[in-house]
Amino acid sequence: MPERPQIVFAGTNGGALTQFEDYAAVGGFAPLRKARSMAPDDVIAELESSGLRGRGGAFFPTGRKWAFVPKPDQLAKPHYLVVNADESEPGTFKDREIMLRVPFRFLEGCLIAAHAISSQHVFVYIRGEYEQEFEVLRESLEAMRKADLLGGVTVVIHRGAGAYICGEETALLESLEGKRGQPRTKPPFPAIAGLYAAPTAVNNVESITTVTSVLELGATEYAKLGVENSTGTRVFSLSGDVVNPGNYELPHGITLRELIYDVGGGVPGGRELKAIIPGGSSTSILTGADIDTPLDFTSLVQAGSSIGSAGVIVIDERCCMVQLGIRVSQFYEHESCGKCTPCRVGTRWLTQILQKIEGGRASQPDLDLLLSVCDRIMGKCLCPLGDSDAIAVLSYVDRFRDEYQAHIDLGRCPFDGESSLEGILAPSAMHESPAHGIARV
Amino acid sequence: MSVGAQIQRLRKQYPESTSAVLPALRLAQEEHGGWLPPEALREVAEALDLTPAHCLSIASFYDQFRLEPMGRTVIEVCTNVSCALSGAQQVVEAFERELGIDAGSTSEDGAFTLGSVECLGGCGWATVVAVDNRHRLRVQAADVPGIVEELRA
Repeated sequence: MPERPQIVFAGTNGGALTQFEDYAAVGGFAPLRKARSMAPDDVIAELESSGLRGRGGAFFPTGRKWAFVPKPDQLAKPHYLVVNADESEPGTFKDREIMLRVPFRFLEGCLIAAHAISSQHVFVYIRGEYEQEFEVLRESLEAMRKADLLGGVTVVIHRGAGAYICGEETALLESLEGKRGQPRTKPPFPAIAGLYAAPTAVNNVESITTVTSVLELGATEYAKLGVENSTGTRVFSLSGDVVNPGNYELPHGITLRELIYDVGGGVPGGRELKAIIPGGSSTSILTGADIDTPLDFTSLVQAGSSIGSAGVIVIDERCCMVQLGIRVSQFYEHESCGKCTPCRVGTRWLTQILQKIEGGRASQPDLDLLLSVCDRIMGKCLCPLGDSDAIAVLSYVDRFRDEYQAHIDLGRCPFDGESSLEGILAPSAMHESPAHGIARV
Repeated sequence: MSVGAQIQRLRKQYPESTSAVLPALRLAQEEHGGWLPPEALREVAEALDLTPAHCLSIASFYDQFRLEPMGRTVIEVCTNVSCALSGAQQVVEAFERELGIDAGSTSEDGAFTLGSVECLGGCGWATVVAVDNRHRLRVQAADVPGIVEELRA
């Protein structure tokens, strides 16, 4: 069994620290007092030397992100901290557990971050579907307000309304300004012109919660955990064909084998491990042969994928990889905001070509067309949503080419109706509305 | 307190009032029985100095805003990858059988709306079913008759 240091979930003993007194009793709010006794630049330096990198998916160094925010005397506008709690990447369900189990550690991290970037305004943009999490945060915030811990900072918990794209930081800012969540052209980056065109840091829930721990442990101690380039622990979300799915906080650098077999209990029924999506559905798929790959930034890049949001989806031998492609592509098609043509049109093309292959109606040029459409999406849009679909589909074809070819050669799905994804369903809500004169597209 | 007055209170939270659109639409939807009829959009528009067309453009973008009347109970089954690997299709089909309606529709008596939806963020607790936005975890097709019976009671 791998070592399991608890940093994000420290003091919970597997439960939750939702009572103010309980959290204070395990040393809560001391990191905040420590941070406020430091100059903002020193807090940023501490984060930089901890090696903490963003847990939302892009893995950008947290301290460096804050350092990009101009000082108040450089840019005389309000500064904003916006926390991205719009967790929606398929395979990822860690931030909600963090908000439910350590809400005070998270909110404390918000205040530390606000101090570091000299901000008096924090917005937590929480996924609209996370009702219970919203209530827990609201109650926790109220308890901190009563204890006079906010220090003049206003914290607003702002609920989203169901749009995956709002996890992209500039789309999130648009949404927070009350617009459709469509990504902006970058530059300017949010650090210079973010919310209301003012300097803004956008950080993920797990990153912000870990900030509290870094202040508590000190950068040196924190950086001893994990591996080079990927310090500290990570809350891995484990799901799919695995005996014990769930969230597990483990140090970076543990292997997929340790996570899936030692911690997760392996594949049910002794079935064969076929594939692993290591960092949410936007990351390239790995095969069962990659089982000894360490879960850290560098190792996953070397394996041809990415650690992404650390949402690990386990897929066993029963799954048809063309059906997987359809299901993943339908998701991106549904969630495309429509702003960039390659994504809006391309994601639909990918779904339709994949359906043709699955239905046994495809010929060889269709497979070439599939790859060509991927190429026409990649790098040609304002944000990575369309790229994510293309990256995923390309990786399925690349790693499971024989299976795709078999669909074409046989003129049917080789799984003969026995795939674990048989009968896959697309989302049914498509915004048809006679009441408002909106017809189905 | 009227919807307009509640919206005025919401807008005070934000440096710029347009930011209150999402919470205001959510509030209006709750006040109007779970959907946004044209008059709800007019109320929000008036309270925030926007046009109803602008409010419709926002409401139509986000999945949680409903532009058609919904059933009194809304059942949504996640059918994204992890739930689908765990039998979400069978869960949807079981709801369709028990309720006598297809996913994406509302029963004639207005009691239920059934939908299949994208990832609800509970992949490790598949299959996730949201009943009026409250998540039920690890739902299997065999559990569905009991759930529907409970909701009908």
